[in-house]
Amino acid sequence: MSKDKITRTPLWLLASALCAAALLSSVFVFITVCAADGIIMGGSGLFTSLWAPEAKSFGIMPMIAATAALSLSSLALGWLVSLGCICFIHGFGGKHISAFLSLLLRVMTAVPTVVYGFASVFLLVPVIRDALGGSGFSWFTATLVLALLITPTMTLAMQGAVSQINDRYALTSASLGLSRGENLIYVVLPAARDSLRGAALLGFGRAAGDTMIPTMLAGNAVRYPASPLDAIRTLTAHIGLVLSSDVGGTAYYSLFAAGGMLLVMSLAANLLFRFACRGISGRSE
Amino acid sequence: MKKLIFALALCLFAASVAAAAPLDTFKGQKGKIDIAGGTAHIPVMKEAAKRIMAANHDIRITVAGGGSGVGVKQAGEGLVEIGNTGRPLKKDEISKYGLVSFPFAIDGVAVVVNPSNKIGELSFAQLADIYAGKITNWKQVGGDDAEINVYGREDGSGTREVFTDKAIKKGEVTAKTNVVNSNGAMKTAVAKDPRAIGYVGIGHIDKSVKAPKLEGMTATQENAANGKYSVVRDLYMNTKGKPTGLTALFIDYIFTPEGAEIIKDSGYIPLKKK
Repeated sequence: MSKDKITRTPLWLLASALCAAALLSSVFVFITVCAADGIIMGGSGLFTSLWAPEAKSFGIMPMIAATAALSLSSLALGWLVSLGCICFIHGFGGKHISAFLSLLLRVMTAVPTVVYGFASVFLLVPVIRDALGGSGFSWFTATLVLALLITPTMTLAMQGAVSQINDRYALTSASLGLSRGENLIYVVLPAARDSLRGAALLGFGRAAGDTMIPTMLAGNAVRYPASPLDAIRTLTAHIGLVLSSDVGGTAYYSLFAAGGMLLVMSLAANLLFRFACRGISGRSE
Repeated sequence: MKKLIFALALCLFAASVAAAAPLDTFKGQKGKIDIAGGTAHIPVMKEAAKRIMAANHDIRITVAGGGSGVGVKQAGEGLVEIGNTGRPLKKDEISKYGLVSFPFAIDGVAVVVNPSNKIGELSFAQLADIYAGKITNWKQVGGDDAEINVYGREDGSGTREVFTDKAIKKGEVTAKTNVVNSNGAMKTAVAKDPRAIGYVGIGHIDKSVKAPKLEGMTATQENAANGKYSVVRDLYMNTKGKPTGLTALFIDYIFTPEGAEIIKDSGYIPLKKK
């Protein structure tokens, strides 16, 4: 009887889990229904390249392309930096510096994106404008800052798994004569593959979903990203911009479609990563 | 003693009347005002609505956008009490719906460049070419040899509407335009970028940006008010027939000194009631 009581899930826990699940799924349902509404109201014009509300043209394709381009570029940069941080902390860096880096990354996760955005408008944008030309508000600028934003999150996500595996194998590796660095490269990182991939997914989600940094730094011009110095407008920035001055009308409904598109993109990324993981681990077994 | 209390009470009463005078007219009122139409009006309408609703909880005021066309249509069909427009009503609109107009503010928009830019004047044609992407270098309009960075505002912005209508005469705008979402953000961008051109509401001009003459006209509040500067428009509230009850009180409130204060804070020039 007493054993039963312990193994059974307490009612309050079950209730709160259900509540969280219900809330989350209602958000999903809301966005999906509204997006469907938006697509019906907007018609086929939504998936064209021209955004000109005055001319009744509500194409959001350039924004979709911009979101994909910006989140992938910042993910590529941020993921490499995160991997570098992990290698430094667990293999190549000195003890004290590693501890300091770890602490710094933890602190950085708490910096609000508007702070990065605001500081960059004054510090980074003029540098890029003077060094590379253009207006300074560009795909490249936003990529740098977004990478900075998602690096701590990804590094910390990687670190959990890496430090666990490291603890398990460090002694064995050392007794085999492997240095700390060799242990990291040949033993720990391959074993932590899944968490490295998981961290990338997490980073992608944050990069695609961030609004403040693209709005403040990417320039918001509605066109396909062609050069890193081009100004581009992401879906999130687009929603923020239109929402600030328009209520009702097709432009407004197109926002729901934009929101739905974001949801589809993150869902697709999720599934893709999952399949990729299963494919790779299946082959290696 | 009684006299003293009476005197004190009278003082208190007088003080309270003096302090909250404009909003006092809403005391004891009840009901709902719906407002729709021009987007430039929204900050003024919202702030006024907020103050009125805070002073009297029995009044509900909703403010929606939609543009001038929506303002005319909804006010005319009686869907809303006040329909806002950023242009004078057309003759057939007045005759069809019997609308009454109340111009309450002037909205002026000035072209701005970085203070380091030596350009002192631009013509409408040059400006239109710059925004269309036909002129891409400052040297083509008499400035330094540097690429022009074009800045604009988001769709639905009232400032953008005036600029497009009156300054570049509904001309095309290049897809390269950097879009910012407020007058403040525009000022920051232009103040930091030596190659920038942008536009802000006249009320927002300060030392951080330079407003070159436009077709020989200087963009100042005075010139906008007396007609010497043409990139302006009046902002109107429209009602179906003469306003009555709560709607009349709301319109009167916009024309009080407190209402003028709200209009100024929103970056417009208040007008006296005609």
